[in-house]
Amino acid sequence: MVTSERVWEALAEIPDPEIPVISLVDLGVVRDVDVAGEHVRVEFTPTFLGCPALEVMRDAMARKILELGGEPEIQVIMDDSWSTDRITPEGRRKLRESGFAPPSPRSAGTPKLVQLQSKAFRCPYCGSLETRLENIFGPTPCRSLRWCEGCRQSFEQFKTI
Amino acid sequence: MSGPERPRSELLLELADDELVLGWRNSEWTGVAPFLEEDVAFSSIAQNEIGHARALYELAAAELGTTADELAFDRDPDEYRSAPLVELRRLEWARTIARHFLYETADGVRIDALKRSADVEIAGLAAKIDREEIYHRMHAEMWLDRLQDTHDGTSRLREAVEELWPYALGVLDDELRPVWLEHVRARLAFPLPEGEPVTRGQHSAELRELWEEMTSVRRSAPAGASW
Repeated sequence: MVTSERVWEALAEIPDPEIPVISLVDLGVVRDVDVAGEHVRVEFTPTFLGCPALEVMRDAMARKILELGGEPEIQVIMDDSWSTDRITPEGRRKLRESGFAPPSPRSAGTPKLVQLQSKAFRCPYCGSLETRLENIFGPTPCRSLRWCEGCRQSFEQFKTI
Repeated sequence: MSGPERPRSELLLELADDELVLGWRNSEWTGVAPFLEEDVAFSSIAQNEIGHARALYELAAAELGTTADELAFDRDPDEYRSAPLVELRRLEWARTIARHFLYETADGVRIDALKRSADVEIAGLAAKIDREEIYHRMHAEMWLDRLQDTHDGTSRLREAVEELWPYALGVLDDELRPVWLEHVRARLAFPLPEGEPVTRGQHSAELRELWEEMTSVRRSAPAGASW
């Protein structure tokens, strides 16, 4: 018997295809799960529109639901309901541990260059706040590059969107 | 944008074609930008723009009873609704930055208007796109400040803006163009040039060249080929 709780648990086992330390549930892309008999509808709210991992995520969710014996319907939500504020505290901790600076909260307002250039971002390796923006853009749409003056290493910053 | 009588798919195709064609042009810097950071930046911006194009094509496709790929790749060059500004081939650096700034600023004005649309699908997608576009505008403005910090940079930028001006005027319609002009005026260290817009529908030979390349794989493989 498929239950909403079991679906959430199963989805929490799917790693993010590009940052596998966090799960799709940590990432906040699952907005809702609705179970009616065998039918399981998942509201999937994508991160960046050009992210090549989106299809991989969608297919992985459908596969998990099939494994549970459910009939999946992955509904892609094309609005701004995903933001980096949806990354869970657990997800942020895992990002930090694997060398990513987590995104700053959107409550600080629309991201601005002056904020990115400020020294408010902590190095995930040594904890120093002496860090600077190297590049707004990085290896995937969701990341920026920063440099730590403390331990003299570059690290990736999850963009706030 | 220019009145309720306008079909929604027409508006979506303008936006999508702009983003697809500019995304393609931006990707032409991959591997050959003046330095590595800009190689990464223009490649990432290109990826975002093409992602936006896809989402917009999907919305249009649902209405027109077709698919995003068919809209992106199976039309003739003359059927594209892109603005001539985005069609211009990869330009030298100051011109690239000038186009980047002029286009991203115009796109910001257009997306901002669409976020207030009564059409919830369009307003929702515009809000999502805008979250990403903020970073494109930041990047363009950072470069503008960098160029305008020196005499040589300013004169190169000015020359580029003057050359691209008629094309830039053609991105937005009469309703939104004045809003864009105010944004541009506030950022440039020199007076705005004069000129008449080169509007949509006046395609250059450069679009056909781009189209030949962009659609070559699609045209060489039978429909439905899987990889």
